[in-house]
Amino acid sequence: MAVEARFAEHTRVGVRDHVLVEGGRRLGLGLGGADQAARSGHDEEAQRRAGRWNDLPHAAMRVALFITCLADTLFPDAGRATVELLERLGHEVVFPEEQTCCGQMHANTGYRQEAIPLVRRFVRAFGEAEAEAIVAPSGSCAAMIHDQYGVLARESGDPGLVRAVSEVAPRVYELSQFLVGELGVEDVGAYFPHRVTYHPTCHSLRLLRVGDAPLRLLRAVRGIDLVELPEADTCCGFGGTFAVKNADTSTAMLADKMRAVLDTGAEICTAGDSSCLMHIGGGLARQRAGVRTLHLAQILASTEDALA
Amino acid sequence: MSFPDAARIALGDSQLRANLRKATHTIRDKRARVVAEVDDWEALREAGRAIKERTMRHLDVHLEALERSVYDRGGVVHWARDGDEANAIVARLVREAGSSEVVKVKSMATDEIGLNDALAASGITAHETDLAELIVQLSHDRPSHILVPAIHRNRSEIRDLFRRTLPGTESLSDDPAALTDAARRYLRERFLAARVGVSGANFAVAETGTVCVVESEGNGRMCTTLPETLITVMGIEKVLPRLDDLAVMLQLLPRSSTGERMNPYTSLWSGVRPGDGPRAFHLVLLDNGRTKVLADQVGRQALHCIRCSACLNVCPVYERTGGHAYGSTYPGPIGAILTPQLRGLESGTSLPWASSLCGACGDVCPVKIEIPRLLIHLRGRITAEGGAPRSERLAMGAVARVFASRRRYEAAQKAARIGTGPLRAASWFGPLAGWTRSRELPEPPAQTFREWWRSRS
Repeated sequence: MAVEARFAEHTRVGVRDHVLVEGGRRLGLGLGGADQAARSGHDEEAQRRAGRWNDLPHAAMRVALFITCLADTLFPDAGRATVELLERLGHEVVFPEEQTCCGQMHANTGYRQEAIPLVRRFVRAFGEAEAEAIVAPSGSCAAMIHDQYGVLARESGDPGLVRAVSEVAPRVYELSQFLVGELGVEDVGAYFPHRVTYHPTCHSLRLLRVGDAPLRLLRAVRGIDLVELPEADTCCGFGGTFAVKNADTSTAMLADKMRAVLDTGAEICTAGDSSCLMHIGGGLARQRAGVRTLHLAQILASTEDALA
Repeated sequence: MSFPDAARIALGDSQLRANLRKATHTIRDKRARVVAEVDDWEALREAGRAIKERTMRHLDVHLEALERSVYDRGGVVHWARDGDEANAIVARLVREAGSSEVVKVKSMATDEIGLNDALAASGITAHETDLAELIVQLSHDRPSHILVPAIHRNRSEIRDLFRRTLPGTESLSDDPAALTDAARRYLRERFLAARVGVSGANFAVAETGTVCVVESEGNGRMCTTLPETLITVMGIEKVLPRLDDLAVMLQLLPRSSTGERMNPYTSLWSGVRPGDGPRAFHLVLLDNGRTKVLADQVGRQALHCIRCSACLNVCPVYERTGGHAYGSTYPGPIGAILTPQLRGLESGTSLPWASSLCGACGDVCPVKIEIPRLLIHLRGRITAEGGAPRSERLAMGAVARVFASRRRYEAAQKAARIGTGPLRAASWFGPLAGWTRSRELPEPPAQTFREWWRSRS
């Protein structure tokens, strides 16, 4: 465990330095020996000097937005908030318009052959974007790329696709994972004066292992009244096509999740996945419960000037 | 009956849901506490996984080694290709021992092959001696959990059952100690009268011919030591190469199953010895579909299972539907990947879809079976072999074609907004009726994300 934690720390420092160096280079800043020494990890003074750059908005990255078909079509506000948030933090956002769907619904329901062209489309669209990071406002869709693209590419029997996946997949991040894990940011300067409870979605928790990254971001939001959700890590019952193929079981799981949300007295239930929120929000709306659902990005994008 | 249909019936039983919720949460919390005590739990899991993976790679070699070791120690080994063969072997052995009754240790393998019914057809009465199995047997019910077969019953239901079926219990209370005492008195007579015992096996060690059964109540110890003849029916995947491997498994199993540091009774026996325990020992090695599972390099992980049931206790689907909905000896997440493979994927099963893929099962598995990955793998195999409904196949094909072209995708987005297009009709989630029974559909926004993006630049 301790070794894993150290390894994670080491990786994060590595990526931050990469950001630093790339950002500095684009802005024409000569970082010279400081970042090199920092990367080698021996010169403490150099690390300290290099670390100062972290506080500056210069560590800009070129980020490709992986919008997900669901947010693109039905929840564009989550996408807009992601763009506004990343730009406010000083990053350049690009949107590869050739992207459609990552293929998760097909792959998870059993339609492996139908998913393979969508893998091909994804890696082409994002390969051409030449971004340092590919960020999605979804744990589930980001996890799809990490968890299944390699397997699907191998199943396709096309070594070119296997290679393309191995080049693109490591750059894919879920939003909170990217902000906290890669950029090392927790306070994104948000203001949101509401009572909020957070539902950790299964794939962000158990496939991506984002841990408490979303909660760290939420705790740093000014004005927020963040209340803990009972039995938070229990599945809400969405599960993609599970929600219709096993509608009764899905609904029973949803009922328990809604009860937990209502018990908190929160005005808003937030999460990092529009899909789970569509399910929870759809149930709350049917009950006229008066509790709204809102994507995590929309809370983080809110400021005193512009509330979501 | 398909899983969704069986689940619908189970979900309507509020007593069942209350019983299940209480029981699964109690065991789940106990497990979490005792697992947290072990500093090297993850290393243990990895060791367990590695032992199982290595064993499966040379299963034939280990089974033949086990056979030799058992013979060397005075036992007899029988090979059964399927349940019918195994049942016939056991029935013959019981008759040859001159008995018409057997006492049984709780065993998944004998439940899988329907041994009790097969013995009854041969005029042999099988007495279950595990308390929960006794409850299930007395009520002509089926087990609904691997470890706690009567998890769906609460104690007042059990009191009523005992009053009806056990002599001299007319004034029995629902105090757990009183219930246990009533069962003890009833079972004691069975143990003392029995001449044949039947058990399953948690593990069997190839190098020593040692069979291992772990249990909590001591009934297993009675069944494996008192009768003159002991018959063990064991799935072939239960073999371990070395005695040292037990050291890993016996740490993983009790903490994962009952949430105990160590189970109360661990019985180990190697063949027979004069003047001590049974005079005859028979080991029935059961295939019943297992070699077929072994042929699928991804799916074979399901054979690594040590039947701890940790995956059942954390599964949000199992917690709500209970075990009967799975229609198999093996319910819950492990059942959803094991049952279809043992029976054959062509059997028209809906079990691999009986999961929201939340991943809780994979996280607790003591031998790190990647249950969600196997669920997805089996869904893929069944669908590729034509096992999905035609309407779904057509809808998924149509949606895939929409996603395969940016032009068609954007057209579909526009159509979704109007509310009449194929995207909203066929939709992302197939038949919308299942959705709208309990949930509102989101209103399509005035502008898709990409329309906003273009308007901005």
